[in-house]
Amino acid sequence: MDNILELKGIDKIYGDKVKTQVLFNIDLNIEKSSFNSIIGESGSGKSTLMNIMGTLDKPSNGDVIINGTNTTNLSRDEMAELRNETIGFIFQFHYLLPEFTVLENVLMPYRIKNGRVDKEAIDRAKYLIDKVELSKVKNNLSTNISGGQQQRAAIARALINNPSIILADEPTGNLDSETTDKAYRLLREINDEFKSTFIVITHDKKVAEKGDRIIEITDGKISTDIRRNI
Amino acid sequence: MKLAWGIALRFLKSSKGQTILIVLGITIGVSVQIFIGSLIDGLQVSLVDKTIGNSSQITIVSSEREQYFEVDEELLNSLNEDEELTAVSKSLDSSAFLTLDDETYPVLFRGMEFKDANKIYDFDDKLTGGKIPSSNGEVMLGKDLVENLELKIGDTFELITPEGSLEEIKLVGEYDLKVKAINESWVLSTIKTSEDVFDKEGQITAIETQVKDIFAADETAVRIEKGLSDNLETENWKELNEELLSGLTGQSASSYLIQVFVLLAVLLGIASVLAISVVQKSRQIGILKAMGIKNRDASLIFLFQGLVLGIIGSILGASLGIGLNLVFSNFVTNPDGTSLIPFYLDYKFVGISILIAILASTLSSLIPAIKSSKLDPIEVIKNG
Repeated sequence: MDNILELKGIDKIYGDKVKTQVLFNIDLNIEKSSFNSIIGESGSGKSTLMNIMGTLDKPSNGDVIINGTNTTNLSRDEMAELRNETIGFIFQFHYLLPEFTVLENVLMPYRIKNGRVDKEAIDRAKYLIDKVELSKVKNNLSTNISGGQQQRAAIARALINNPSIILADEPTGNLDSETTDKAYRLLREINDEFKSTFIVITHDKKVAEKGDRIIEITDGKISTDIRRNI
Repeated sequence: MKLAWGIALRFLKSSKGQTILIVLGITIGVSVQIFIGSLIDGLQVSLVDKTIGNSSQITIVSSEREQYFEVDEELLNSLNEDEELTAVSKSLDSSAFLTLDDETYPVLFRGMEFKDANKIYDFDDKLTGGKIPSSNGEVMLGKDLVENLELKIGDTFELITPEGSLEEIKLVGEYDLKVKAINESWVLSTIKTSEDVFDKEGQITAIETQVKDIFAADETAVRIEKGLSDNLETENWKELNEELLSGLTGQSASSYLIQVFVLLAVLLGIASVLAISVVQKSRQIGILKAMGIKNRDASLIFLFQGLVLGIIGSILGASLGIGLNLVFSNFVTNPDGTSLIPFYLDYKFVGISILIAILASTLSSLIPAIKSSKLDPIEVIKNG
């Protein structure tokens, strides 16, 4: 199967005077349309790894190849464009824009990509909002809905540009277990329907086990890499 | 572009208190600027009008020792057709002595055509008794001279010309030009009377004019002088009123200085509030950047905010400033009810003030815009 994302010899070192190495020589290939979990204790470097995979952070050494494009030499604007078109983010804290409604928030990556919104985009946004069961509150300001709803809105937003990769950092970190289950069922459904690649980062083993492949990070290195056969 | 515009408007709308505060700052700044600017402009215009409004602004006189010159109808016609001139009046003047009860008084005897001279001196309005001289031998005197000599309308008296001849003339009118020196010395009559008294038929001593743009009087004078024959030259009010002019220049300079400082204060105000707003909105900018917004758009968000604030603030400010001017000219009055400083509005000045304010507020949002463009999304994602 084709790789959508390749990491080659990634090191990440923080600090100038006191150097702290967080990631050590990580090599990792992620296959197209797969559903992956990255698990690790807090401080293991998994969030740093995700930020590097999402081009939000640059590795100290090594290459990040997304969809065949090596990101090492891209300018900040080229990186932004790549991010906008190929990667959808779902963060632990939803990061919705408080000034905008749920629908506007979901449409924001589309507006960034195309500059304006056409009827087709609105229909797609409405479909996604319906999918995450937020149709009733779609015109509320994003601050006027519950935490679970906000997280689901963030999921819909991550999907609007139909990205090939969805990076989720503790997407259910502050949700109760019932809502968590619901959210994961939703992510799996989307994975089936849109064939997007999912990389979900979590510290929760039970959550990680919902993935097809579980990659464990310990002290900045890949300690285990298990593929489940479905 | 459109996206940055939309986000900028939404940011402004969602923090209404802050938006109102900045707009208020710009409004007050611009209104003070326009109020002070217009006030001083109005003051200057009324000062100039009071000083030279009823006098010749460009005068054509003889350039030779001989002060008399032949009337040139062609020249008069071309002056009358000149777009820049609003009044053209020829006069035949000579010094003379007025004698009464063995006393003599030095006077300036001026013969003019009142139909033309009225456009400059407005005698119809300045007449305080009797009538304007119309037939031969009739003159009018200034209020102060009439009082000094204890004359009455209808009295006759004698005039000694420079040649020594004695002419009898009749007082038919009394004027008040509000300048004592003129009121005490000018004896006004028709040009025909003057010709007869001084025996200078067909000759004049000056062509007096008024111009549309009084501050361009010197340039107009130079242009007119080019078309004159060698024995003639021009004098304009500017070269005769240097002190007034330097006073006006000083006033303008202080007015500009005040305006610059007001503008500077407004500029710093906008820059600081917008700088704070970048800090407040850094989370949102970080999210937008994570979603792929380009640095250019991220900075445009703040430039557009500055632009919108500048447009709203300066238009409100201009209206307020004009309103203040209206109030001032209507309610701050002289004892006789006329306004102390008449209402004066220079649309060009208001337009330029608005443009400068808009430009300044956009410019002052440049710092926050650059800050926004440099913001790294990872900072926001990491720190929540």
